[in-house]
Amino acid sequence: MPNHDQTWSPLLGRLSLDALPLHEPILVATFAAVALGGIALLAALTYFRLWGYLWKEWFTSVDHKKIGIMYMVLGLVMFLRGFADALMMRVQQAVAFNGNEGFFPAHHYDQVFTAHGVIMIFFVAMPFVTGLMNFVVPLQIGARDVSFPFLNNFSFWMTASGAALVMASLFVGEFAQTGWLSYPPLSGLAYSPGVGVDYYIWALQIAGVGTTLSGINLIATIVKMRAPGMTMMRMPVFTWTALCTNVLIVASFPVLTAVLALLSLDRYVGTNFFTNDFGGSPMMYVNLIWIWGHPEVYILILPIFGVFSEVTSTFCSKRLFGYTSMVYASVVITVLSYIVWLHHFFTMGSGASVNSFFGITTMVISIPTGAKMFNWLFTMYRGRIRFELPMMWTVAFMLTFVIGGMTGVMLAVPPADFVLHNSLFLIAHFHNVIIGGVVFGTFAAINYWWPKAFGFKLDPFWGKVSFWCWVPGFWLAFTPLYIMGLMGVTRRMRVFDDASLQPYFIVAALGAGLIACGIGAMLVQYGVSIMRREQLRDETGDPWGGRTLEWSTSSPPPAYNFAFTPVIHDIDAWEDMKRNGVTRPLEGFRPIHMPRNTGAGIILAGISTVFGFAMIWHIWWMAIAGFATLLLTAIAHTFNTNRSYHISADMVAKTEAERTRQLATVEGA
Amino acid sequence: MSKHQFAAPQAGGLTAQYFDLDEHDHPEGGSTLLGFWIYLMSDCLIFAMLFAAYGVLGGNYAAGPGPKDLFELPLVAINTAMLLFSSITYGFAMIAMQRGRVAGVQGWLLVTALFGAAFLSIELYEFSHLIADGATPQRSAFLSAFFTLVGTHGLHVTFGLIWLGTLLVQLGQSGLTEANKRRLLCLSMFWHFLDVVWVGVFTFVYLMGTLR
Repeated sequence: MPNHDQTWSPLLGRLSLDALPLHEPILVATFAAVALGGIALLAALTYFRLWGYLWKEWFTSVDHKKIGIMYMVLGLVMFLRGFADALMMRVQQAVAFNGNEGFFPAHHYDQVFTAHGVIMIFFVAMPFVTGLMNFVVPLQIGARDVSFPFLNNFSFWMTASGAALVMASLFVGEFAQTGWLSYPPLSGLAYSPGVGVDYYIWALQIAGVGTTLSGINLIATIVKMRAPGMTMMRMPVFTWTALCTNVLIVASFPVLTAVLALLSLDRYVGTNFFTNDFGGSPMMYVNLIWIWGHPEVYILILPIFGVFSEVTSTFCSKRLFGYTSMVYASVVITVLSYIVWLHHFFTMGSGASVNSFFGITTMVISIPTGAKMFNWLFTMYRGRIRFELPMMWTVAFMLTFVIGGMTGVMLAVPPADFVLHNSLFLIAHFHNVIIGGVVFGTFAAINYWWPKAFGFKLDPFWGKVSFWCWVPGFWLAFTPLYIMGLMGVTRRMRVFDDASLQPYFIVAALGAGLIACGIGAMLVQYGVSIMRREQLRDETGDPWGGRTLEWSTSSPPPAYNFAFTPVIHDIDAWEDMKRNGVTRPLEGFRPIHMPRNTGAGIILAGISTVFGFAMIWHIWWMAIAGFATLLLTAIAHTFNTNRSYHISADMVAKTEAERTRQLATVEGA
Repeated sequence: MSKHQFAAPQAGGLTAQYFDLDEHDHPEGGSTLLGFWIYLMSDCLIFAMLFAAYGVLGGNYAAGPGPKDLFELPLVAINTAMLLFSSITYGFAMIAMQRGRVAGVQGWLLVTALFGAAFLSIELYEFSHLIADGATPQRSAFLSAFFTLVGTHGLHVTFGLIWLGTLLVQLGQSGLTEANKRRLLCLSMFWHFLDVVWVGVFTFVYLMGTLR
């Protein structure tokens, strides 16, 4: 294989001491902080003897609820990293005027905006959405776990492995300087000879394996494991949107896998898929990556639409308005999301007819989305709305997202797009829908399902502080970007000549600061809630007056979720049970067959990380050894037949008796 | 929130209607075949992308050799026959499985593996010839797309062979258990899937290439 780098050595590949960014004060300081924090964390874990607990109860767990929570933790950690990038960019752009270069050199700034995009989409939004689906879907459909519990654990660790590689790029080598989709020829060998793009490729490929498998897993779960009586048209809306999203995952992530594989062949083998000469076509990359990329945005937003549907009907104490139209709208969005990709590059010379087609399909997709919006509004209409935190986030979403959607329709008009393409208007638009949609929705979901996951509510005061920092903060940060975008300011700029723009950037930076306060308040909210958990405890398992099956279990639910599989007679199954005064069976428990924990997932993902690292640094011996070990370990795992166990009937009876006592105290209180 | 939902247990007469009180263990692997199908469809998409790349770049010879200069249809025909035969023999293995004959399954799997290995050997021979003639993957976008599409298929066959070998060991260890039957079925789908993809490669790349 070709080694374009002069300093390649057989033992360490391209890796040498030069790879450590010792000359970058920002990185050295960050590294020191991370290292100290990491050491403190490891020491604390060791001191409190938590390693065994973490390994046995979490890392090797195949319980969908714990895996869901681990996804959320991963998303949260990466969110802090991604937001730190955002904050630095805002500050850089606010000060880099009048000859001031700011504090980022160009190559570093380019890495920061690339990492920000990659992390926020792949390692924040995706884990959040996958985590929610993992936690909620089996509970909503009355199942005890997902179809493939081991694969579920493996999928999580592969996602974590990708995240670890991105984080490693901060301190060992560099990250891509190409923007979050790494268009060639810039991302080709000729213009990006370093390890940055390779970090990008392998982080996404390894995480992509996890995402695809998790998609397959959840489709099989929803199709095969619904409780008796739950026909497709009786599934909770969140489960419907989860199904649509996972179909999108399985039908689009392989495209990403393929296109990144072709890019790596260009970089590692010297093929000519996306090069400028020998017949290669960089435009093919742009087309292929957006054939994945557009469905991806619906992968993120659809389950969040599901969250808002659940929250709206719960907090309005009403059945969701237009259930059927909600389902069809989700399915229509799923299909349409595949025929709009070209709107991401109207300016790249496809001609008026092609642009018109994709412009129109893009506008058409706003119809089912609009239908959803009206359904939520009609659900609220004459409902008894309780403005608890999840509902507040939902209302903030409705106000924010509609505006983001409308600027999206503006961008869908090809002639307008010729003016707005790659401007800050675009940046404002997609942050408007991603923050206003996915992020607000995730916060609604965390506030909504936290009591289910942990048995106590989140503190409302700090939640409201966070809310009131976030929502105005968002508008403060992105309204100036809309305005500047209309004035023609382009994205990804490090310094500016026109001093008249500085006030706008300062306002945007203040907005980012306000958002930082919101994030801080959110962390405080979690901390305060954990400390005050006894006061915030929910014994009922149904703190909001929920309508779907997850609220019929204790909080947190037992490992087996349901002692007896519920039989479904209505869309709002739990509400139906409550209305009819149905009581849980209290005897006749049977042993429950459950999957056994396994360390295979984390081990395989660990080996994948080593393999990816070796490929990035061209350490061929390690790559070969890593791949061989990966294969052998996977094969060895198939020889493990000890994969399940029974929770004894006595154990179930004991757990359920405890639950009965718990409910009795609530009733007595 | 009203409290009547937690009414005394004996009050509920609907319990039997709302809970499956006579539930038995669900057999393991009930979703495996569906799950594997979905996986195959995702894999199919990867091939679709490679076909699309070949469709876009297949005419970009960059003043290098084209399909007419490179492809030897008789060799490819033999190769195709190897893979098609291997699919038939895999079918025989499945028939033996249904009759519960472990030895029959193992025998036909071995024959399948031999055909598969023959297919791979011929493909490698073809590749080495092309490369020796200067028609390397780096030579033109057409050749990049050709080697990647055909090579990815070959890589799949290689993994199929490794899987087949693993299954032979597992069959030897525990015979036709439910788990092994499920694995045989999955590999069967995988193997026939590769066959179908190859029919696409043969038609789209080789036959149409020589016609171009």
